[in-house]
Amino acid sequence: MTLAINLSKISKSFPGVKANDDINLKIKEGTIHAIVGENGAGKSTLMKILYGMLKQDSGTIKIFDNEVKFSSPKDAIAKGIGMVHQHFMLADNLSVLESIILGMDKASLKILNKSKYKYEINEITNKYSMPLNTDSMIDELGVGEKQRVEIIKVLFRGAKILILDEPTAVLVPQEVRELFSNLKNLKESGVTIIFISHKLDEVLEIADEISVMRGGRHIDTVDSNSVSKTELAEMMIGQNLPTPPKREKNPMEKKALVVNNFNAVEENGRKAFSNINFSINQGEIVGIAGVEGNGQRELAEAILGVFQIESGEIFLGENNINELTTRDRREQGLSFIPEDRQSQGLLMDMSLSENVILGKQSSSKYKTKLFNIKFNQASVNSNVVIKNFDVRTPGNETLPLALSGGNQQKFVVGREIENKPSLLIASQPTRGIDIGAQSLIWNKLRDARDEGLGVLLISADLDELIGLSDRIFVIYEGNFVKELDPEDATPEILGSYMTGLKS
Amino acid sequence: MKLSLRFTSLLAPVFALIVAFGLSTLMLYLIGEDPIETFKIMYDYGKSGKSIVSILNRSVPLYISAVAVAVGFKMGLFNIGVESQYLMGSLLSAALGAAVALPSILHISLIIFVAILSSALWAAIAGYLKVKKGVHEVISTIMLNYIGTGIIAYLLANIFFEKVELSTTAPQTDLLPESARIPSLNAFLGIEDLPNLHGFIIGAVLVGILYYWIVWKTSLGFDLRATGSSPIAAKFSGANPGKLTIFAMMISGGFAGLIGIAPLTGYFFKYTTDFPSGLGFAGITVALLGRNHPIGMAFGAILLSFLERSAQILDLYDVPKEIEKIMQAVIVLSVVVAYEVVKRYVTNRQIKEASKVVSNA
Repeated sequence: MTLAINLSKISKSFPGVKANDDINLKIKEGTIHAIVGENGAGKSTLMKILYGMLKQDSGTIKIFDNEVKFSSPKDAIAKGIGMVHQHFMLADNLSVLESIILGMDKASLKILNKSKYKYEINEITNKYSMPLNTDSMIDELGVGEKQRVEIIKVLFRGAKILILDEPTAVLVPQEVRELFSNLKNLKESGVTIIFISHKLDEVLEIADEISVMRGGRHIDTVDSNSVSKTELAEMMIGQNLPTPPKREKNPMEKKALVVNNFNAVEENGRKAFSNINFSINQGEIVGIAGVEGNGQRELAEAILGVFQIESGEIFLGENNINELTTRDRREQGLSFIPEDRQSQGLLMDMSLSENVILGKQSSSKYKTKLFNIKFNQASVNSNVVIKNFDVRTPGNETLPLALSGGNQQKFVVGREIENKPSLLIASQPTRGIDIGAQSLIWNKLRDARDEGLGVLLISADLDELIGLSDRIFVIYEGNFVKELDPEDATPEILGSYMTGLKS
Repeated sequence: MKLSLRFTSLLAPVFALIVAFGLSTLMLYLIGEDPIETFKIMYDYGKSGKSIVSILNRSVPLYISAVAVAVGFKMGLFNIGVESQYLMGSLLSAALGAAVALPSILHISLIIFVAILSSALWAAIAGYLKVKKGVHEVISTIMLNYIGTGIIAYLLANIFFEKVELSTTAPQTDLLPESARIPSLNAFLGIEDLPNLHGFIIGAVLVGILYYWIVWKTSLGFDLRATGSSPIAAKFSGANPGKLTIFAMMISGGFAGLIGIAPLTGYFFKYTTDFPSGLGFAGITVALLGRNHPIGMAFGAILLSFLERSAQILDLYDVPKEIEKIMQAVIVLSVVVAYEVVKRYVTNRQIKEASKVVSNA
C-alpha cells in the first residue's frame, strides 16, 4: 500500500516551546487516520505544517512519495491536501454553489459559468453520496450540512487527502453518525482522511489507525482494533487515568433556584424560550441538554439578568430576584461561567490579578467605602485561585491571553467557585480544553456541589452532562421537552429528544 | 519581571522619538534646509525662559483636553465632541461669571462648576443617543460639534452681547471682574521678568491625579476599563453598559469643561470669537501620544506645545513653519507604531514565560 503522507523528523519550535519534536508519521492511502492528543500536544501545529500554514524548522514531508515544500496552503491544495477547519468559514448570505466556488476563479469580469460548476459539484456529491442542494442559502443549513459544504468545497478543489480538525465538536450524535457514513464512503473511493479529535469513542469507531501525540512528540501509532479507550487516554496524558468518584445524589432540602413560567422573545420577535419551570436544590447539579440555538443560552442569560424576560418569576434561594440587576444578583450569590471564556469571562489584556475582581468589582469583597478597589486583596485572591485550581502561569501579573485555553478556563471556573456562590450557572465549562483541565474542573464542580452549591450545567458534551448531572432537562425549540435521570440517559437518547425525533 | 516590563514600555516613546527625529531630519534635508541648524534654532528659542512659560501655559488646556478624550478611550468610546463641549462650557461660564459678584474663591468655583456642568450635559446628549437610539458616538459628537458651534455663535452674538450701532467690536461677553480671575504663580514662585505662569497649572495637575484615581483605582474605573477591554465580559460581570456609557460621556465632558478655564480666567477674561479653539481636537492627538496615561499625556502636551512655540522662530530664518505640523504628525504616528511593536513584544514574552511554566510542570 502506498503512503499518502510520510513525515520524517519534523520539528518546529516557537519561542520557549517545542511544538513538534522529531515527528515521524506515516499515513497510508485510503485510510482514516486519527490523531489524538491533549490541547498543546502539537496536533494543530503539525497539521498547519502539513497544510502549508507553517513551515517546519527541520524534517521532510513526502506526499505520495514525492518530497514537497509548502510555502502556503495554496501549495498544499495543489498537491491534493484539503483541510476542514473546526470553525466553518462560510458566509451566510451566499448560496451553497457560490460558497463552494468562492475564491476559485481569478477575479474577472467574466460571467460565472454556474451551470457548469453545478454539474461538476453534483458529480462529486453523487460520487461520494453526500447529497447537497446547491441552491440553498448557507444560513438555511444546519450545522451538519454546513460541514458537508466545507468537505465538498475541499473535494471540489481536487483534494485526495482530507484533514478534519475536530469535526464532531459541533455535531449532535445523529449528525455524527451521518458524518461517519460520509467519511466511510470517501474512504471507499480512495480518499485519505486525517481525523483530529479529543473524543476517543469516536476515534475508535471511525479510524483505522490512531496516532497519539503528547507534549510535541509522536508517542505511538496503533491499530484501532487492538487498543482500548483507557489505553489511548493513558497514552495521551502519560499517566494512569484518574477514576471519577462515584456519583451519589445527595441534594439538600433548600432550594438554590426556582424558575416559574419563564417566557422570553428575542429581539427579532422569535420566541427564545417558553413555559420554563424548574428548580435546583442546594447540593444538586441540574443539566440542560440541547442543540445550540434552542434557547438554553438565553435561559442562562435571563437567570443572570442580562436577557430580558417577558413574564415569569425567579427566586434565588428564598428571594424573588425578578427586579434585581445582574450586579445585585451576583451580590446575592449567583455565579456565572460563560460559554466563551475569552470574550465573556475574561479581560484578555488585563492581569489575572485584575481579572479575579471581575463580577465582584462593586461588592464589598473588592470595594472600599471610598469606591476604591482593593487591589491587594485581589492579588491575594488571584493567587488562591491560581493555587487551588492549578492554573499554570508565571504569576498573577500575567495576561490571560498568554495562557492556554485550559488554564484560562481553570481560572474562570476557580474565580466563580471561590466567590462562594449559592448558585452557579456553568455554560460549556470544559469546552475545547485538555483532559487534565477537564477532569480538574469536573472534580471541583462535584466538590462544590457536595458542599451545597446548586449548579445549572449547560453543555454540548453529552457525556459530561450525563456524568455530572443529578437531573437532566432536554430543551428543544425553547421548551423543556423531557426530564431524564442520568442513570437512564445515553447520548443517543438525549440526542433524539434534542433533535425533536422523540418528545 | 514587572520592573523590566515597565522598562520596555519606556523604550517605546524613546524609540518613537528617535524615528520621528530621523524622519524630520530627512524631510528638512529634502526641502533643502540644514536639519541640524534648524533643530538648533528651535531648541535655543524653545528653551528661553519666556518660551518655557508660554509652553507650560499652552500645555495646561491641551493636557486637560487629552484627559477628557482619554476617559472615553479607556472605555472604548470615541468622544470627538470635546471641542464643542469645552467651548459651550467656556461661553456659559464666562457669561455667568461676568454677571455675578462674589468673593474670589466662590466666584472662581462657580465658574468652574458651571463650565463642568454645561460641558458634561452637552456631552451627555451623545451618550443618551448612543444608549437609547443606537447612534454611534463618533457620528453624534461630530454633528454636535457643528450644532454646538452654531448655538455658541448665536448665543454670543445675540444673547450675551449687546450690539452697538456702527461699532466694529466683535461679539464678546463682558469682562470677568478681578474676583473671577485666577492669579499667576509668578509672585508665589518668585519669578521676575517673565510673562505670567498661569495658576490653573495646579488645576491641570489635580485633573491628572483625579483622572488616575477614577480610572485606575475606583470600581467605576474598573467597569470602564473592563468595558473597554471586553464589553460582553463587563456586562456579564454586572456592569450596566447603558449607564456606564452616559456616565463616561459625562465624565469626559466634565473634564472638557475645564479646558477653557485657564484661558478664560488667566488671560482672556471673556469669551470672544477668537477664544482659543481647536483644543478639543488637539487633545485627541495628545491622548494618542501619551497612550491615555496621566504622565504620558503630560509629556505629550508639553512636547506639542514646545513644537508649536519653537516653530514661531522658523519664519525668521525662512524655514517653512508648516514643517512643525508635519513633525507633530510624524511623532504621533511613530508613537502609535512603536507602542504596537512593544505591546507585541511584551505579549510574546508573556506567552513564552507562560509556556515555560506549563512545560516545566
